[in-house]
Amino acid sequence: MSLGTVAVVGGGVIGQSVAWRAATAGHRVSLVDPAPGSGASRVAGGMLAPLSEAWPGEEDLLDLGRAALAHWPRFAARLTAATGGDPGLRTEGTVLVGLDSADRAELDRLAEHLAGLGHAPEKLTGRQVRALEPGIGPEVRSGLLLAEDLSVDNRAVLAELAEAGRRAGVEAVAGRAVAVRGNRIRLADGSTVDADVVVLACGAWSAGLHPSLHAVRPVKGEVLRLRARPSALPPPQRTVRALVQGRPSYLVPRAGGGLVLGATQYEAGHDTEVTVAGVRDLLRDAERVLPGIAEYALVECAAGLRPGTPDNLPLIGWLEPGLVVATGHHRNGFLLAPITAEAVLALLDDRPPPAPVLAADPHRLALTREPLSGVSR
Amino acid sequence: MFQEMFQDPLVIAGREFGSRLVMGTGGADNLAVLERALRASGTELTTVAMRRMDASGGPGVLELLRRLDIEVLPNTAGCRGADEAVLTARLAREALGTNWVKLEVVADERTLLPDPVELLDAAEQLVDDGFVVLPYTNDDPVLALRLEQVGCAAVMPLGSPIGTGLGIRNPHNIELIVSRASVPVVLDAGIGTASDAALAMELGCAAVLLATAVTRAGDPERMAAAMRAAVTGGRLAHLAGRIPKRFWAKASSPELDYVG
Repeated sequence: MSLGTVAVVGGGVIGQSVAWRAATAGHRVSLVDPAPGSGASRVAGGMLAPLSEAWPGEEDLLDLGRAALAHWPRFAARLTAATGGDPGLRTEGTVLVGLDSADRAELDRLAEHLAGLGHAPEKLTGRQVRALEPGIGPEVRSGLLLAEDLSVDNRAVLAELAEAGRRAGVEAVAGRAVAVRGNRIRLADGSTVDADVVVLACGAWSAGLHPSLHAVRPVKGEVLRLRARPSALPPPQRTVRALVQGRPSYLVPRAGGGLVLGATQYEAGHDTEVTVAGVRDLLRDAERVLPGIAEYALVECAAGLRPGTPDNLPLIGWLEPGLVVATGHHRNGFLLAPITAEAVLALLDDRPPPAPVLAADPHRLALTREPLSGVSR
Repeated sequence: MFQEMFQDPLVIAGREFGSRLVMGTGGADNLAVLERALRASGTELTTVAMRRMDASGGPGVLELLRRLDIEVLPNTAGCRGADEAVLTARLAREALGTNWVKLEVVADERTLLPDPVELLDAAEQLVDDGFVVLPYTNDDPVLALRLEQVGCAAVMPLGSPIGTGLGIRNPHNIELIVSRASVPVVLDAGIGTASDAALAMELGCAAVLLATAVTRAGDPERMAAAMRAAVTGGRLAHLAGRIPKRFWAKASSPELDYVG
């Protein structure tokens, strides 16, 4: 069965998920990206952790994240069925730890907030944290266990999405998009790509492609990749998120002794250079949480650009006739990829998307309706 | 008369601001929440870290401040020496077209306390270069006076270290600084809750600068409104003149009845 043609702009985790799912559903799909899987998705930690990201005032995002989390096991199974590979889905959960008493007060506040929403986490003493994860150091004095949060190996997922897309017939277009209007994409070489529907999924680069996406801004994050050497303690079983005197960081274990350490967060335009201070801050805080990492190999330092929006919710929906947007996923690209793909499929089929996605309506932002001066139409 | 009591502008370097609350944006993770907090605060001047923003004009904090018609006060957060701070201030002037700078030169990452030697050096260089300099300083009356002498447009002593929320640890020093200053004194850093901001104003500060107390509060918008009210209340109390503190009770109604 062949439905209409769909051109997806952007080959990060969102674009590739949409392309693969749409092709599987019978659409003729092309994916426009000069280097798929090379942007923020490659740098990401791969945490699927809506609960430990929860914050008062962001309840819509938590609802969306929890619905997205529920999509992941089936999405991962489908991916494995399609390619025979392993996306590295880990179900051991997340332990959130704090050092000093102010960190503990922040954890208590999160626990209270989650309890009020019906997701009370288990509170842990420092000793209980170390019983779960023996590598955690003596400075850690409190913790919360969030058993539901998951993680994936972001690079394994990207590799499998690419393979699954290829097998499902997704056509790769290696051009760089410079503008999108309705169902027409203009490429840097002056040529155009037309389709029945265009799906714009360009993450932190979205604003430059369409004036109504002006509010999507790049939020830089530095992430380090470590690997346990034979002489070192193995990485933790669970994702460890830490507050070290108020500074947040995370450590996500990978198969084979890998450990992903992130992430800084600041706004510096489209800069993706790794700074000395970024690396120093991450290592200094991580070593206080897991002293054993001093013996690890420092394999990679990289920076990526999260696509931020004013209210931290993504933009998923029809922007104008012929154009669906799926961008602005900020810190949550991997978590939200399966539900975003399902939502886009629903829109393509004229069905309503999953209910929590409605909060991500791109027309909610006044800015998207009234582009500010300086942006030419 | 009642309305006039609230017409009490803050004047720094000849510029008037209708609000005596200066905001910072550090710690804000959600621009929509920050926008509501800034509106609730009534602030007309807000500081942003040069090293933590996109000065090229993207849709981040800068655009938000411009849309809300709030004056941007670039700061040199993260600088550890005078030369670094001077360079950062010049980059800010070039990028933002303002010669105002909140000068921040910290001694170490753990306390984030100002480095007095580097601070004074940087302040002197920047004043000579035509900047309007608002230095973040220790609650040291001598240093505050020296900063004024090199030509700073205000002095901004800390109540306690940045982000601690410990309030004003040495109110007497703040009073000493206020009593000798002929430029505005802005209490900068350490505010935890509304009573801290009110106390700063009661001590005679011309304004209060705060960020974390609002951006990391459970409800930033409501806390911003609380700070606004506290600054106004503290200012009015300072101007009104408080009663002396007494050890023994003193009846508030007269002991003798003259009414007849």
